[in-house]
Amino acid sequence: MTRLLRWETVLIGLCVVVLGYGTIGVDGFGEAAHISFLLLDYTEVALLAFALLPIVLTGQIDLSVASVLGFCSALTGKLWDGGMSFETIVPIVLVAGVVLGAVNAVLIVRFGLPALAVTIGTLGLYRGLAYVVLGDGAVTGFPENYRPLATDAIAGTFVPYVTVLVVLVGVAMAVLVHQSTVGRALYAIGLGEQTARFSGVRVRPIMMSLYLLSGVLAALASLVYTLRYNSARADNANGLELVAVAAVLLGGVSIFGGRGTVLGVAAALLAMAGLRNVLFLGDVSDEIQNVITGALLIISVLVPVAVAAVTRRKARSHLRRTDEVPLR
Amino acid sequence: MRTLPAGREMTIVAALAVVVVVTGIVHPSFVSGQGLHDLFLNASIIALLAVGQTLLVITRNIDLSVGSVMGLTAYLSGQLFLADQNTPTILVLAAGIGLGAVCGAINGALVAIAKVPALVVTLGTLYVFRGINHAWASSTDVQQVNAYQMSPDFLSFGSGSVLGIPNLSLIALAVLAVVAYSLHGYRAGRELYAIGSNPDAARLAGIPMGRRVFGAFVISGALVGLGGATHAAYFGTINASVGTGRELAVVAAVVVGGVAIFGGSGTVVGAVLGALLLTTITSALPVLGVPAFWQRAVDGAALLLAISADRAVLVRMAARLRARQHSIRSGR
Repeated sequence: MTRLLRWETVLIGLCVVVLGYGTIGVDGFGEAAHISFLLLDYTEVALLAFALLPIVLTGQIDLSVASVLGFCSALTGKLWDGGMSFETIVPIVLVAGVVLGAVNAVLIVRFGLPALAVTIGTLGLYRGLAYVVLGDGAVTGFPENYRPLATDAIAGTFVPYVTVLVVLVGVAMAVLVHQSTVGRALYAIGLGEQTARFSGVRVRPIMMSLYLLSGVLAALASLVYTLRYNSARADNANGLELVAVAAVLLGGVSIFGGRGTVLGVAAALLAMAGLRNVLFLGDVSDEIQNVITGALLIISVLVPVAVAAVTRRKARSHLRRTDEVPLR
Repeated sequence: MRTLPAGREMTIVAALAVVVVVTGIVHPSFVSGQGLHDLFLNASIIALLAVGQTLLVITRNIDLSVGSVMGLTAYLSGQLFLADQNTPTILVLAAGIGLGAVCGAINGALVAIAKVPALVVTLGTLYVFRGINHAWASSTDVQQVNAYQMSPDFLSFGSGSVLGIPNLSLIALAVLAVVAYSLHGYRAGRELYAIGSNPDAARLAGIPMGRRVFGAFVISGALVGLGGATHAAYFGTINASVGTGRELAVVAAVVVGGVAIFGGSGTVVGAVLGALLLTTITSALPVLGVPAFWQRAVDGAALLLAISADRAVLVRMAARLRARQHSIRSGR
């Protein structure tokens, strides 16, 4: 537990460094407009990361989140193009997200197939279906009365409306993960699924609902994405799963499950958004930013593994000194 | 156990036959000499990647960065021709293999030495290698290399054939033969199965796991590099986004080919047949009047179908075993 706290302290320190450097060293970073931009830019990533967090806590993964977003965005475009009102589209798209999540849930939980293989498959399938629905064109011209919700800040402040949504989802997730029985069950499943089942945790229903939740959040993210860019395309958010996975792992969530906090992921998201904005204002190209995100992902896993290796070596030498034979 | 992979390979061949025959009936030119020639040519590059990926999946690892490595090595081929249009073909291929092996070594080092899960490492390097590719393109301001800038020798190698069999297919078949033999004929090859089957047991049995996994990544990277260079030779047009999204097709081919995603079983022959089946379906779609948009969806669906079918077979086999055990115990 102390090490976890330390990892989050490191992250918050990183946030302070990035944001502090941005405010002092980069022109325009501290302006209200740019803070809004920084917060807005990571809205979808944050929603996807919060969707991924509980799944990764149980030791599984969902690589299809960005494809669910893409499909829902394409569906929004198709329905809007067909003349449907936006108020009707919203529930339909959310239900579509649930259905796509349910397909993952059935294949992984009901049939017991490996989550990695299934979600690589649905990553392709959903993205493919997005193209089937909308082709490679774009639909624009979404309603003027809803678009400000995804692009503007609350009057008089620099906080965008969607950031409030992100914070609400984050707080709800924190309550679910850290304050509820289900949350404790997530850690139990991640540390040992069989043990959890024998301890009376209803593993299957919980796992099922996590994938449904992931579908809903991805659908919600798609609505924000579509309105924010005022564009529905089949390739929307292509590859965004990487950034979401990177945020979750950088946030100190173990890829093997059973360890991680919402606070850590939130701090990681803020640090990454700040870094991206610093790089953006420093005229660093998108390509190099991708290199940095990829490297961050690897480093975020490398550091805990290295720390664990050092601790294990210490423990082992300690064991040797006390003349015990380590079993592993 | 022996019959299961063979059964899988026969199933793929049967599925392949169905697709080819049905498409051939609708559109006879699909099964003409030229049609089959194109079919094998299209499958050759993805087959090279599938052979490499199989080595990794057998050891319970995965490489999602294949598309990016392929793009990077293909782009290298283009850059070599811009530097000197008369670069010998063999040198371009060697450079591709070399750069691919370096990328594989980076992945392998992170996985085998630093013990970071392959999924995370290669998801990261997918973006790192692709980003380097784009950065290279924008720093040299070479967004595209076209056929007229490459050597005629290289292009004729890419589209040429010997006795009616495309050069690229011959390369893929040669690689397949060598790797298929090595996996069963050499100790190191068999050890890959042991590692994937049960890592703890493999370690206790004294198998140098780190070295084997690292080696598998380097060989796989080299094959992807060869795939990138041959892609350049075949298509003659190279930009910084060659191979984007290829990882899905490769993983799908391997899994459809019967290589278990949790390691320890599967053959390279199956993986290559899987690649051939998926490419054939992809080429058959437009002929059958299905829009090309369906390709990604089909790859994904094929992957899901294959793992579901495997699971069903496994469940039924387990039930049969239990029934037999039961009948033995009850003295019948």
